[in-house]
Formats: sequence, structure tokens, C-alpha cells
Amino acid sequence: MSSGTVILVVLVLGVTVMGFLASRWGGTRLDSLDEWALGGRRFGTLVSWFLLGGDLYTAYTFIAVPALVYGLGAIGFFAVPYATIAYPIAFVVLSRFWGIAKRRGYVTAADFVRDRFGDRTLEIAVALTGVVAAMPYIALQLTGMEAVFASLGGAFAADSGFVSLAVAFVLLAAYTYTSGLRAPALIAFVKDTLIYVTVIAAIIVIPAKLGGWAHVFASSQRALAAKPGGGILLKPGQFFAYATWAFGSSLSLFIYPHSITSVLAAKSRGVIRRNAALLPVYSLLLGFLALLGFCALAAGYTTANNSAVVPMLLHQFFPPWFAGVAQAAIVIGALVPAAIMAIGSANLFASNIFNQFSPGRASGEAGAAKLLTIGFCVLALLIVLFIKPAFAIYFQLLGGAYMLQIFPAFVFGMWSRWFHPKALLAGWAAGMIAATVMALATGFKPNITVGFGSLSFTGFLALYALALNILVAAVLTPLLRGIRIDAGIDATSPGDYA
Amino acid sequence: MGKRAWYLLLVLPFAGTLFPQFYNRLQPALFGIPFFYWYQLTWVIVTSALLGIVVLATRRSDDV
Repeated sequence: MSSGTVILVVLVLGVTVMGFLASRWGGTRLDSLDEWALGGRRFGTLVSWFLLGGDLYTAYTFIAVPALVYGLGAIGFFAVPYATIAYPIAFVVLSRFWGIAKRRGYVTAADFVRDRFGDRTLEIAVALTGVVAAMPYIALQLTGMEAVFASLGGAFAADSGFVSLAVAFVLLAAYTYTSGLRAPALIAFVKDTLIYVTVIAAIIVIPAKLGGWAHVFASSQRALAAKPGGGILLKPGQFFAYATWAFGSSLSLFIYPHSITSVLAAKSRGVIRRNAALLPVYSLLLGFLALLGFCALAAGYTTANNSAVVPMLLHQFFPPWFAGVAQAAIVIGALVPAAIMAIGSANLFASNIFNQFSPGRASGEAGAAKLLTIGFCVLALLIVLFIKPAFAIYFQLLGGAYMLQIFPAFVFGMWSRWFHPKALLAGWAAGMIAATVMALATGFKPNITVGFGSLSFTGFLALYALALNILVAAVLTPLLRGIRIDAGIDATSPGDYA
Repeated sequence: MGKRAWYLLLVLPFAGTLFPQFYNRLQPALFGIPFFYWYQLTWVIVTSALLGIVVLATRRSDDV
């Protein structure tokens, strides 16, 4: 084994031990969903910062964003405005949701939708959307880990890294079962430290060795000139797509089940508010990492596998032991969000689909969620085993478009009870169908062109699906009220929103 | 108006980042990084600062 591989193995085993020990953190029994799935709702500003950062900026993000910049240039940088405007949205939406959830004991977004609109079908629709969107996301984390294991060679690379991946994932499932959200919360400290060390070193060393940024961009311009739609600046035809990718993605980021799970684990509304201001530090890191895509172009890489460029850069410019640290950052960076995604999905299933528990929360619920977490981990492994990585990315894109369709019921619902629950359900269905049809029609490309008379707009299909969703809900609401269809009972009271 | 007016500051990041036609250019470059890139990275810091201002200005007694 090389020195890098030894470091990787030691770090991964180290966080596994931490994952099991995390069950003792706080010194309480983990037999309620609040304790197991939300860490007892006791995390302060610092723990929440690491947990949310570890959760939202996944290993996949850190591989895929530079890969997109390497492949297409400027348009791949949309991740930066996306990760910027997501925070004003999070600040307004999540601090309100945290307060409502705390007062009424909610564990999921679907819990709120059920109480607010008194509609069981809408609750199930919202919960299923979250589960369906989270699954390919978990699978993508695994494909990143698999790529690292495959690159190690020897026994680690058996069956293209799948055997190592399965071992790492069984361990993950075991400590998540034992410790719940406390495991990824504790491991996130290690993950984010490794990620910061790796990225800061890469950003200082690599461009300098390539002759400075001016030279990096000049070489990139030449390399990208050959690619359609590529360049170090946007083409005028890409402006609308760039803006809609950033805006549409920022609307969906915080309504994913794993985001909600981490947010509800905070001990106060102030923790969420402060973190909205502090988390953009990670976006800055992401922005510099995106620029590594240009370094890969300047280094003259010509690989068809864009996701390989970050590992290639680390391998070329750093000694083997540091490559081991970077590989550990990728593997642990995948384990943390995968655990939270599995917990978030399990919460939705246990709380909103299998059974409708009272806000008092039955004790069986935590047991169901724990077993479901293992189920979701196994399902994600099977997805990786049977579906090619490229398809996982397609499903991830479609999952993001699906996720956005709960926006009217969940987010508008926090400010207004005007929409009729059945109108929201119809809007959701219209949005889901439209997203699927558009994704199939474009061959799972994110953009679609929509014409209005002589005007046409090429933009992010998820946002078009959301527009249709809102339109349907807004048109049907007065109609359903007009013919006196039961609008359900609102179980929340104005004091819950204070 | 009152305290809620502070929330209007949060419109600025959207106005600043969602219209690439206004910042899609190479010059002036900073340390060799084209304007397009460092402009958007600056917005990350500005957004963080704006949020910090709003967090402090709209703080309630129960925000511990």
C-alpha cells in the first residue's frame, strides 16, 4: 500500500469509530425520532455550520462543478450564483419553518403540509417527492466514492471498486442506525476540515505551477474554442439558461429532505439565521474549486470522463500522502450527506407514508425510521450496482425538477392558506408530469426552449414545470372554492408562525 | 416600514447575479482572473455581509 492509501484507510476507519461513538454524544437514549433523527434539536451555531456545510456541499458537488467547467467553461460557473442566492432564500424560508416545526414538533416538510392543508393525499405527494428526489442523490455520492476506490488499484479496486464501496456503506448504515444524525454531525467536522485543507492547498499550488491565472485562462480559451457552447465567457444565447439554472437550483436546495433534517436539528431560530450568513464561506470555496476546471484545461487534459479531472490534478501536483488526504476528503465527503439523505428519506417514509402519527410522536416511529435508513442504504447500493453513473446524473437532474414541485404547498403554504389543497395537488401533478415529459423530450438535458409568439426562451426545465404548477394551482383554487369543494381544516394557528 | 425594511437588502444579490449580460466580460481582470469570475465571487462575500446586517438588525429577543 502506498502512503496515500494508508492515510485514506486510517481516516475512513477513524470516522467509522467516531460514527459509533457519536451515540454517546449528549448522553440520552436515542429511542425517539427527535433524538435519533434530529440529534435532540440541540445543535448550536458551530455544529450546525459544519453539519449543513457537510450536508449541502457534497463530494459530488466538489467533483461535478469543476467537471462542468472543464467541459463547457463559463456556464459551469452557474453553481456560484446558485450557491449565493440560495442563502437569502434560506434565511427567510427556513427561519420561519424552524419556528413552526419547533412549536408543533414536525420532523419533515410533509408534516407541515398535512397540518396546514388537512389533506392526506397532498402530504403523501410531498413525502414521496422528497424520497424519489433523494435516492439518485445518495447514489451519486456512492459513484464518487466508487471512483476513488477504483483508482487505488489492488484489492480496493475489486469489481471496479464496488466491493470496497459496499464495505464502506455497510459500516455507514450500521453507525447511522446506532447513532442517527449525531454520526454525520460529528463526522462533518473531519469532512469539512479535510475539504478546506485540500481545496485551499489546490487553489494556491496548482495555478501557480501552471504559470498563473492569466495563463490558465488564456490556455482555457484556446482549449474551449473547439467545444460547442464552450468559452471562458457566456454566449449571449446562454444568459437566460445561466440565470434560470442558478435561480431554479437555489429554490430547490433547501427543500430537499436532507436540508430540512439538518435545519430542524438546530437548537434555535437564531442558529439558522446566523448560519444563513456564515454558510456562504463554503460557496466561496466552491467558486475557487470551480476554477480548477480551467486548471485542468490549462494542464492539457483530454479526458472524456470529466469527473476525473479533479482527482487527476491532485495526483499530478501533490505528493502521494497528500493525494491520500484528498481521497479521504472525497470519500468522507460522500458518507456525511449520504447518511443525512438516508435519515431524511426514512423520516418521510416513517412519519408521512407508513403511518400518520400524532404530533405527540409514537415510539414505534423511531424504530421504523432506523430500519428504513438501512433499507435506503441498500437501495442506493443496488442503484449503483445496476445503473451506470451517467444515468444517476440524469435522475439527479430530474430529481431536482421534482423537488421544486413541492414549493407552492410547502413554501407558499407558510405564508398563505389561500391555495386550495386539491388545487395544489393538481398543480403538483402537472409539474411532475411536465418535468418528466420535458426531460424525456430533451434527452435529460437541463434546458428546453419555450416559445411565446415571436419570443422564445431557452432555460432550465425545472423552472418551467414550477411555473405550470403555480398556474394550475392558482386557476383551480377559485374554481374549487366556487363549487364548494371541501378545502380541508387548517390545524395550525397564527401563533405557530410568530 | 420599521424593521422589516431591512429585508429589502436581500433583493440585491438577485439583482447583482441573475443578469449575466451586465457582467459577462473579461476586463478588468484581477490577478489574471477575468471580471466575470471575480465579480460573482465578490457577490458571495457581499451576500454574506448583507445577511449579517439583516440578522443583526432584525434580531428578536428569542433568537439565542
